Amino acid sequence: MLGEEAEPQWISEEVKTGTTIIAIEFNGGVVLGSDSRVSAGDSVVNRVMNKLSPLHDKIYCALSGSAADAQTIAEMVNYQLDVHSLEIDEDPQVRSAATLVKNISYKYKEELSAHLIVAGWDRRDGGQVFATLGGLLTRQPFAIGGSGSSYVYGFVDAEYRRGMTKEECQKFVVNTLALAMNRDGSSGGVAYIVTIDEHSTDEKVILGNDLPTFFDQ
Amino acid sequence: MEKHFTDSRVKGVSTGTTILAAVFDGGVVIGSDSRASIGGEYVSSKTINKVIQVHDRIFCCMAGSLADAQAVTKTAKFQLSFHSIQMESPPLVISAASVLKQLCYNNKEELQAGFITAGWDKKKGPQVYVVSLGGMMISQPVTIGGSGSTYIYGYVDAKYKVNMTREECLQFATNALALAMGRDNVSGGVANLVVITKEGVEHIVIPGDKLPRFSDE
Repeated sequence: MLGEEAEPQWISEEVKTGTTIIAIEFNGGVVLGSDSRVSAGDSVVNRVMNKLSPLHDKIYCALSGSAADAQTIAEMVNYQLDVHSLEIDEDPQVRSAATLVKNISYKYKEELSAHLIVAGWDRRDGGQVFATLGGLLTRQPFAIGGSGSSYVYGFVDAEYRRGMTKEECQKFVVNTLALAMNRDGSSGGVAYIVTIDEHSTDEKVILGNDLPTFFDQ
Repeated sequence: MEKHFTDSRVKGVSTGTTILAAVFDGGVVIGSDSRASIGGEYVSSKTINKVIQVHDRIFCCMAGSLADAQAVTKTAKFQLSFHSIQMESPPLVISAASVLKQLCYNNKEELQAGFITAGWDKKKGPQVYVVSLGGMMISQPVTIGGSGSTYIYGYVDAKYKVNMTREECLQFATNALALAMGRDNVSGGVANLVVITKEGVEHIVIPGDKLPRFSDE
């Protein structure tokens, strides 16, 4: 019969964050952004999940792919970074955090299906963004990830310029998220933005109706 | 490592493409890339023309299986010219789109092609219609298609404005094609654009090295 199943899809389907995540570097810090939808098959099991996870005071990571895998990697690296920072007796470098994430992603690449973007600020190199897709480690001026990112490659290629200010970066992140959330069925909800610089780590939520709209809305 | 020979033998030559059409104040721009590939591994043509004229002021762009698309457009061109003789006036753009839709819908099991139809007629002026794989037809002010279109949804949503001038629309279309060709490995070559207005039709070809460049290239 139409629409009837033995059990609802969300019981048997794996929970994925199917998502849009973005991180961008500016002179003096980074801005990270994510949507908030977690889906299991066709159901949205959490519409307000914050996918920007702190690894340390000034280092965050953005989660995508399998929700369980991504969260586990983030928690493991959080612990490893705490130990590391006690050992060196100072705040860890962003590159160290990214390397720890990469180590797990690469070693278990056949079993895991999560991609984390690591971004933060440290005293040595300022704001940095690292992509760790598939177990590689590469520093980039900005990185996008998740299922929604396919739709905005053209937009970010066209709009990114070197030397943007903090406010311009925040606007860039919000616009990119809004565009991706409009087109990707697995991204949606609210937008979470985290801005990290030397002085502060600032978390912000932008509700659905406050997101930018475009010509067909 | 197993190679995917079966894919290319089953699908034959596919256009793996980027096509788009957009309405501006007084006309339409319709355009595409020029690459034809076999199985995503071999470029069988670098300069294929995917913008086909079906009547004086009506053009079509095809995506999907090249063979299917050519067969359908040839049939449509014949039916349309017959229709225009019977009506004793140039066909409407919606008629051209409807002919394609009938062919796609009635043969939906065998065919694997989608179309964008754009043109100008006396009754409604400039219009764009999209006929998708199963035979759905809708009218939109701007539309994109083909494998490369995934990457420019964000760009098109952000940058398209209603009632642009001809120059603005040409720049928009060129940028969108260039961005898609830069990210999609089965789109490339030259950009073929056609501008259709009440006055006439203008063909513009932009070779790869004259396409706009974006910051990361």
